[in-house]
Amino acid sequence: MLDPLDRRILVASQDGLPLAVEPFAELARRLGIPQAELLERLRRLRERGAIRRIAAVPNHYRLGFLANAMTVWDVDDREVSRLGREVGALPFVSHCYRRPRRLPHWPYDLFAMVHGRSRAETEAFRARIVEVLGPACRGGDVLYSRRILKKTGLRLAPEPPERAEEGPCSA
Amino acid sequence: MAAPTAYPSPAPFAPTPLQRALLDRFQRELPLVPAPFAAMAEAVGASEAEVIEALAQLQAAGVLARVGVTLAPNRAGASTLAAMAVPADRLEAVAALVSSYPEVNHNYEREHRFNLWFVVTAPSRARVEAVLAAIEARTGLAVLDLPLDRPFKLDLGFPLRWR
Repeated sequence: MLDPLDRRILVASQDGLPLAVEPFAELARRLGIPQAELLERLRRLRERGAIRRIAAVPNHYRLGFLANAMTVWDVDDREVSRLGREVGALPFVSHCYRRPRRLPHWPYDLFAMVHGRSRAETEAFRARIVEVLGPACRGGDVLYSRRILKKTGLRLAPEPPERAEEGPCSA
Repeated sequence: MAAPTAYPSPAPFAPTPLQRALLDRFQRELPLVPAPFAAMAEAVGASEAEVIEALAQLQAAGVLARVGVTLAPNRAGASTLAAMAVPADRLEAVAALVSSYPEVNHNYEREHRFNLWFVVTAPSRARVEAVLAAIEARTGLAVLDLPLDRPFKLDLGFPLRWR
């Protein structure tokens, strides 16, 4: 679980680091804690998986990756764990997940996000996934992005959600 | 909420060799040290001031989504990927309704019969289900609820294949 200081650190850092010589010192000053403690807690939050990454995160679309597609596959239940790992290891796949089928509307259980500079490149990547999946794959589809209607980073509210749901509390 | 990003957009940004090197090397992890930009500068053979300037330019051009922390989804509560098959003449209105929920942090139009795809994140699974139920009730359209079973690869970037 996150303690209150962890939460304050995540809330303060989720908008990005200041592009200053000592960005963590500046963040620590805002939080009123020593820089060493901030760095140590960030390290621990990353190790525990509460933070996925602390990085310079590019906007791929602005870099020319225009053909972004969600590829979806109907893969045999007995093979999907092994094959999901193999598809996830392909360098052009950014995320790869197993999700439930919703029959009869949605027969696909494996999702792999693929980023190409053109549709031709993305189609070549799909063909490579078909090869990796082999006969365990009973079908697939591709859903190209047409518009980003909303995209905000995952946000953590300043207050713990349990409290926020209970309404105002007099501390 | 920002205006929707329309596809296609103008010509892509052309980063400098230093900017390429910074994106290649630090899209997964920044040095967690008091002077991270100095450490990055040493790694790519530039000065600290050049690195800060290069990152500031990338940020101003919208090429950097952020320099900083990306939270992991499931630690923040519950989430799901949801999809709807929306008739073309209702798409704008339904998309706006979906985006109006603060629990919706991504909402994409995709080329498919299921043309609206969005991520719902909330403190609890019950709240996620309540949001999906409210969207179904207000639109009269079914919502596919596709929560994560198992990740095989998380989004930690990918090789940028410069050319």
